[in-house]
Amino acid sequence: MATTIRPEDVTFARPLQERLRDTWSSAIGALKRDPVLAGSVFILLVGLFLVAFSTFLTRTEYTRPEPFLRLLGPSADHWFGTDDTGRDVFDRVLVGTRISFLVGFSVTALSAVGGTAIGLVAGYNRLLDNIIMRFVDALLAFPTILLALALIALWGPGLFNVIIALTVTGTASKVRLVRSQVLSLRESTYVEASRVAGASSIRILVSHIMPNTLGIVIVLSTFTFASSILAEAGLSFLGVGVPTHIPSWGNIIANGQRHVQVAFWISFFPGVFLTVTVLAVVLIGDALRDHLDPKLRGRLESTHGGTDE
Amino acid sequence: MEGPTNEFTPHRWCELTQQASPEHLLEVRNLRTHFFSPGAVVKAVDDVSFYLDEGETVGLVGESGCGKSVTALSLLRLIPNPPGRIVGGEIMFEGRDILKMDQDDLRAVRGGRIGMIFQEPMTSLNPVLTIGRQLTEPLKLHMGMTNRQARSRAAELLEFVGIPNADVRLRGFAHQFSGGQRQRIMIAIALSCNPKLLIADEATTALDVTIQAQILELMKNLTEQLGTALIIITHNLGIVARYADRVNVMYAGKIKETGTADEIYEEPRHPYTVGLLNSVPRLDLPTRGRLDPIPGEILNLARLPEGCSFQDRCEYAVDRCAAEAPPAHTVQGNHQTACWEWERVKLPAEAGVSQS
Repeated sequence: MATTIRPEDVTFARPLQERLRDTWSSAIGALKRDPVLAGSVFILLVGLFLVAFSTFLTRTEYTRPEPFLRLLGPSADHWFGTDDTGRDVFDRVLVGTRISFLVGFSVTALSAVGGTAIGLVAGYNRLLDNIIMRFVDALLAFPTILLALALIALWGPGLFNVIIALTVTGTASKVRLVRSQVLSLRESTYVEASRVAGASSIRILVSHIMPNTLGIVIVLSTFTFASSILAEAGLSFLGVGVPTHIPSWGNIIANGQRHVQVAFWISFFPGVFLTVTVLAVVLIGDALRDHLDPKLRGRLESTHGGTDE
Repeated sequence: MEGPTNEFTPHRWCELTQQASPEHLLEVRNLRTHFFSPGAVVKAVDDVSFYLDEGETVGLVGESGCGKSVTALSLLRLIPNPPGRIVGGEIMFEGRDILKMDQDDLRAVRGGRIGMIFQEPMTSLNPVLTIGRQLTEPLKLHMGMTNRQARSRAAELLEFVGIPNADVRLRGFAHQFSGGQRQRIMIAIALSCNPKLLIADEATTALDVTIQAQILELMKNLTEQLGTALIIITHNLGIVARYADRVNVMYAGKIKETGTADEIYEEPRHPYTVGLLNSVPRLDLPTRGRLDPIPGEILNLARLPEGCSFQDRCEYAVDRCAAEAPPAHTVQGNHQTACWEWERVKLPAEAGVSQS
C-alpha cells in the first residue's frame, strides 16, 4: 500500500474555478432533467429582469390618473385593462414587481440570517434559550399581519418599515425551527465526536451544527419569500404598506378589490403574477433542498460513485 | 505499511509537557462520577482507580450499565452536566490532572493527546460535511497545519487505515461509506494527531463479526506502530483476551478485579469475573446444552446496598459481604481483587475463554 502522497497528488484540494465549473454543470444538468424546475428558474429570471428594467418597458404614465380611461377592459391598447383612475394595469403590474421582489428577497435574506444565528445560540445555551424562546413565543402568538400592523402603527407606514416588520415575524418562526434542530443535533454522536476531537463550542456550532440546519432553513425561506410578498400585499391592501402611487402587486390587488364585480382584471392579473412567482420560488426551494442534502443528492445522481465494502 | 510521519509537532503541548516525567501515562485515582436526578444519586462510577503505561493495551470489561462508558467519558470530561458530575478523584495524564485543566488545555488534550472512538460508526460522522473536511479539522486545530498540509496528511491517513483511492474518497460523504469503512475513518480521525492514548468505547460492537476482527486488528497494528496506548472498552471477553495486556473488570461502578489478561482468564479471583467467564459459549468443548448465566441482574445504581455490590448475585457471599465493602486484596503482583472470599473463588475447570 503506497502511503506517501504529496500535496500536489491530492486532487480534492481543487482550484475554485474547477469547483465552480462543476457546480455550474451539475446545476445545468438538474435543469435539463427537470423541466418544471427550469420553468421556475426562468420565471424568477424574468422577475429579476422586470425589477431592473420594468420602468423602461412601460408605454403609459403609470402613476398619472386618466379619468376618461377609467375601468377599461383588456384591449390592444391596455393589455390588462385600466384601473379606477384610468392607469394602465399592465404597466403597473410590471413596475410593481420591483416592490414585491424587494420585499420578498430582503425579508427572506434578513430573517434567514437572523433566525439561524439566534436559533443556534438559543439551541446551545440553556439560559439564553429561555429568554429568547419566551420572546419568540410571544411574537408567534400573534398572527403575522396583526403583528406587522402593530409594528407599523408604532413606526409609521412605509416600505422600509414593512420590511422590518415582516423580518421580525419571519425571524421568530426560523428561530424556533433552528433551535429545535440544534437541540437534537447537539446530542448527536458526531457532535460529541468533534468535541472529543477538541473543537470549541463556537466551532461546533458554526461548522458542525449549522450546515445541518441549512436545508430546513432554505425550505422555510422559500415559504417566507412567498408569504412576505403576500403579507406586503396584505399590508398595502390595508393601506399601511407602500403608498398607492407607487405600484406593488399588493396595492394593485387591494385597489382592484373594490371594483372586482365590474373590473375583475385589475386584481386578477397581478394576482396571477403573484401566484406564479410564489409557486416558482417554492419549487426552486424544494430543488435546492434536495441538492444540498448529500444523501438525497447521492440518490438523485447515481453517477456520484459511492461504493460499499 | 508505513506510519504517518512525525514531522508535525503539536504546538501547544510542547510547553505543557515540560514537567517531570510521570510514573504512568494515565493514572486514574478514586474517580467518582455521579448523576443527579430528583430524589436519587446514581453512582455510575464510584471510586475507580486504574493506570495505563505508554503503549499498553488495557481492557475495561463488564456488562451493560456497569459504568464503563461513563468512565471513558469522564477521562475527557465529556459527562453532560447537568445531570452528571465528576465529584471526586484525579485523572493524571502525562503528569497533569485532566480534572483541573482549563478549557484551552482540555481542548488540546482532546483529539490532540487522547483520541476516542465511539460505538456507533453510522452516526459518528457528520452527514453534511465531506470526510476530508472532518479529517483535516483536528489536524489544523491541534497540529497547526495549513490546509494543504492537512489535506495531504488526511489522504495519507485514509490509506493508512486501509481505504484506497483516498483523494477521491476524501470528497465523499459519510453515507457513501459502509459501517466498517466509517469506523476506519473514525480511527483515522482519532489517530490523526499522533495521540498518546486511544480510547475505543465499544468500537466494534455495532459491526458484524468479520469486520469486527478487521477493525480490531487495524487498531492493534496502528497503535503498536505509533506507540499509542489503547483502552478497549467492551463486554466481549474474547476481544479482551486476544488484544489486551491487562484487564480491569467493572461491576456497578467499581473495579472488581484487575490483573494481566493471563491472570484474569486463567485464575480469576472475583466471583463476578468467574461468572462472566462461565457465561461465555465455548466452541471447543462438547455441547453442554445451556450456558451458565450470572443469576439476577445488574443493580439499580441509585440504590446500592451496604457492603459489596455483587452480594445478591454471588454464590460465595458470606455475612461480612453485606456489612462491609471489600477493599482490594492483592493476589500476587498487580493482580488485585475486591472480594472478601477471594481465596475460595475458583474458575470451574472447563469454563473460560481460549486465548488463541
